[in-house]
Amino acid sequence: SSNEHKLNFKKSKEACLSYIQDALLQKQWKRAAEFLTCYVESLEKDYSREHIGPSEMIWRIGTEILWHHSQSSMKEFNCFMEQMKTLGVKRYLKVCLEHVFHLLCNGQIDEAYQNLSLAESWRFGEQTAIQDKEMKLIQAYRGLLDYCSWSKQKNILLEQGEDGFSDLAVEQEMHGYFRKAAVNLKEIIKIPGVWDIFVKCYVDLLEFYGDHNEARQVLNEYAYNSKFPANPNAHVYLYEFLKRQGESKKSLISALKILHDIVPSHELMIDFNTMLQKSKKRKKRRLGLEVIFAALDYAGWKENAKAWSCLARQVKQIVISEKHLEWIKQEWNARKDWWPAFHFSRYLAKRNWQENKSLSYEKALVAGILLGKDCKYFRHVSRQGCKAQLKRFRMLKKFVNRHNSVYLKISG
Amino acid sequence: RDFNERCAQCSEVNWGLTDGGRFYCRSCHNVTERTREVVNTDFITNSRVQTISKGLRKQEKNDGGCEWYICEGFQLVLKKQAEALEALGVCPQMKDEILCNFWRCYLQKSKQAYCQRPARETVKALSVCESSTDVESDPERPSLLHLLSLSESEGDVQTDCSFASSVSKVSESASVYSGSVDGSLYLMKNQKEKLRMTMPMTLSFCYMALLWLREPITLSEFLRFVVEGHIPYLNVFQHFPEKMKLCGLDLKIFCVESWPVYEEVFKQMHELAVFLDLPRFPDITDSCFLHPDMLCMKYLMEANLPDELHNWTCRVVKKIGIGEVDFLTLMPGNKSTRKVKYDVLAAAVIVVVLKLLFLLDDHYEWLLSELAEERNKNNTEGGPYFEFKKWYEVVKHSLDVEQKKLEEERAKYLWRCEKPLFYSVKNKSKVLKRRQMVVNLQNQFGKLSDSVRRAEKPNPSSFQLSWSEENTDGSCFHGHSLKGILQEKCGFLTAMNPDYWLCTIKLCNEKLCGHLAHYREVEFPQSYHFVLGLFSFLLRIQPSYIHDEVCMIEHKLFSKKLCKKRKYKTVIRK
Repeated sequence: SSNEHKLNFKKSKEACLSYIQDALLQKQWKRAAEFLTCYVESLEKDYSREHIGPSEMIWRIGTEILWHHSQSSMKEFNCFMEQMKTLGVKRYLKVCLEHVFHLLCNGQIDEAYQNLSLAESWRFGEQTAIQDKEMKLIQAYRGLLDYCSWSKQKNILLEQGEDGFSDLAVEQEMHGYFRKAAVNLKEIIKIPGVWDIFVKCYVDLLEFYGDHNEARQVLNEYAYNSKFPANPNAHVYLYEFLKRQGESKKSLISALKILHDIVPSHELMIDFNTMLQKSKKRKKRRLGLEVIFAALDYAGWKENAKAWSCLARQVKQIVISEKHLEWIKQEWNARKDWWPAFHFSRYLAKRNWQENKSLSYEKALVAGILLGKDCKYFRHVSRQGCKAQLKRFRMLKKFVNRHNSVYLKISG
Repeated sequence: RDFNERCAQCSEVNWGLTDGGRFYCRSCHNVTERTREVVNTDFITNSRVQTISKGLRKQEKNDGGCEWYICEGFQLVLKKQAEALEALGVCPQMKDEILCNFWRCYLQKSKQAYCQRPARETVKALSVCESSTDVESDPERPSLLHLLSLSESEGDVQTDCSFASSVSKVSESASVYSGSVDGSLYLMKNQKEKLRMTMPMTLSFCYMALLWLREPITLSEFLRFVVEGHIPYLNVFQHFPEKMKLCGLDLKIFCVESWPVYEEVFKQMHELAVFLDLPRFPDITDSCFLHPDMLCMKYLMEANLPDELHNWTCRVVKKIGIGEVDFLTLMPGNKSTRKVKYDVLAAAVIVVVLKLLFLLDDHYEWLLSELAEERNKNNTEGGPYFEFKKWYEVVKHSLDVEQKKLEEERAKYLWRCEKPLFYSVKNKSKVLKRRQMVVNLQNQFGKLSDSVRRAEKPNPSSFQLSWSEENTDGSCFHGHSLKGILQEKCGFLTAMNPDYWLCTIKLCNEKLCGHLAHYREVEFPQSYHFVLGLFSFLLRIQPSYIHDEVCMIEHKLFSKKLCKKRKYKTVIRK
């Protein structure tokens, strides 16, 4: 019951925590600080059996408050973090890492680097082995900062190169950063995980120094090794790399295939469809149609004129060639119940016409083919277009009229 | 008082105090002519019990500490509490005579002092045992973990285990660690045998003394003062002298990590009274503060109810005989009478009166209020008529505000103090470091807080809710008249409400399940729940305890009708 008059230490602190939680959720930092002041004496009691002990609570809550409170300074924040590091040796590296993240968010790159180096040199008996994962992360982030330094030096060098200078010292420094960065980045990406930024940076380094084989291997591992969690970005990175390398369409297509499976609504689907449409292989063209239809299933693509133009182009091409109408039929089968309301309503016809004529043009073509010339969308847009005396709309009207029977065949 | 003369008749030294304030010998009941005033009162200034005849006490240990016994610690605690009560206005007799007499009596009965063979002997015997090699083979000797589990402090299992493991590593042959001489023995004692002294029991002692003196303070008020910090309880050990080193098992005994519970203190007080063989307590008459008539007056004021209701409470009290001296006065050992909770009883009487007048069935009271409102419109002379609805709104608002404040206070409650506690010398540095970190963090976040924490405790006040007649907003109902809800009958004003609903038809057996009735909010009207909640807040006890008393009163009030209509109706015509 709410009138709980029996109170002990534990319940009192539980209540205190819930007040802190409420205050944090409502961003009342002063109030949260007030209750935290009362909570901290929990440190003097042993909670070794609890899942999350008071020291961890205090660390996390205190961090939030100090980060957001208007009267708190970076100096105070750092001082607090140092105290937290001494509180729990089992959490030492984690606290160091999070501290580093905050420093980075605050733009204090140098301090972050110092902290990382310090943390890297930490040893504490068997804890060192237990906290191995955190250690790897610390090394990886230090590698990342080394990469940033490398990047800076590289830019200096390039600028100097433009002016005709060439500074050996800068170059040496740059190579030094490369070595340091590469070693650490390479290590972390061996472990299954999501390491987008590390991978990107590492590949950047490799490409600069011409080690394309290694880069390719790294990206392949990252994308295709089943031990790694499914990550759309991995495929994107691989694709972009292959593109840079000027690889064949075949390998580009195979890189994007899995991306389509994982994220049918990915923005690269347009590129994918474009490549597939142009392919000589029937299967690929078929896949292209599937890809573009799938992308347009997503609300985020509704007003994407480029996507509609891809679909329109392919549909037009199929209709003209009079071959493979069954492809359209197959794709349309699953969509004929809801696409009309989703894409081709009268309201949308009016809106699309008002806001984006090209979009309405492409959509009208598709609508006209899929639903016939009498459908709401096509009728409205083509009438508007012909009224506005735009040539292409007249052409469109003719085209759809000519192929009006198609919709009957595909809706069959 | 230091009354150690031998009795003229039986030569024993075993004194008690009669009602008249005279000493009487407990062994032979010889009453002396000596009264309290003659006896000197300088015992209590000496905080160490010096009546041990056995053995020489080592004065100083290496670390500046000295040997001390657990009961000495408790004696200090009681002394501090008595001083605080005196500062609150309780008469000095409480500290100088009553409390310390009770305490001496207790020591005597539990064979810790003032007797031929104090229990300390067994401590020495134990240390001999401990140095023997086959510690495990002795099944009688409780294990360390068992000792630790005998403590009262809650939720301390974690510290227990960590402590246990650390101590067992230290050495097997050393005696169980405590700053006091008999810490371990104390925890090993069988609880049921001799009413082992605990921190909550110090409150029972105090209250017993207050009751003996019939001081104008109820148990709920006393406990509220304890929680508010006006009476030393939490961290009272920080007032122990430097020489009395507190560590190890002492912590289990003297460190409190929960608030005292009314029922527990109440029960123990009665057990204590029996244990000490006390005679009948001084009479609670109708001029006493603790008499229901008086307490009802106080609670009516605090609940912002009309003064006129007092007539009704007095009538109920008289009708069921709960104002009788014999009912109210404590007779230790008398198992047939129900132990009286004066505060709860008075609150329950008011609840019953409200039920009598307003029915409180979530329907009638509002109708009645509307009627009063109507009558108020035509009411030109005298004070306004009492309207339940207005009262409810005003009181509910204040109650909600106070309850919210109270809940926040609870969440902000600080349990630790400056004096650090450590189980063993080993973890002393760790404890000190932690304390330092806590203080640092408190400073850091304290600066970022909203309000400045008030340095002083607010003065203790007897009233938690106060209503002023001077307020023009009509938020004070003391002077309101009940005429708006009464009717004339045969020249008397009676309640318009002809009905009454019983909280329960049959009372439970309190000895079996601890309650007379079982209260569940959903089963009763909201208005009833509200009224219970109001007094629950004022007395800081669970509503169910007030509900119990209400049931008891109702059964007394309607006993005749109940006999007749036991199985049938719950609604009774008055």
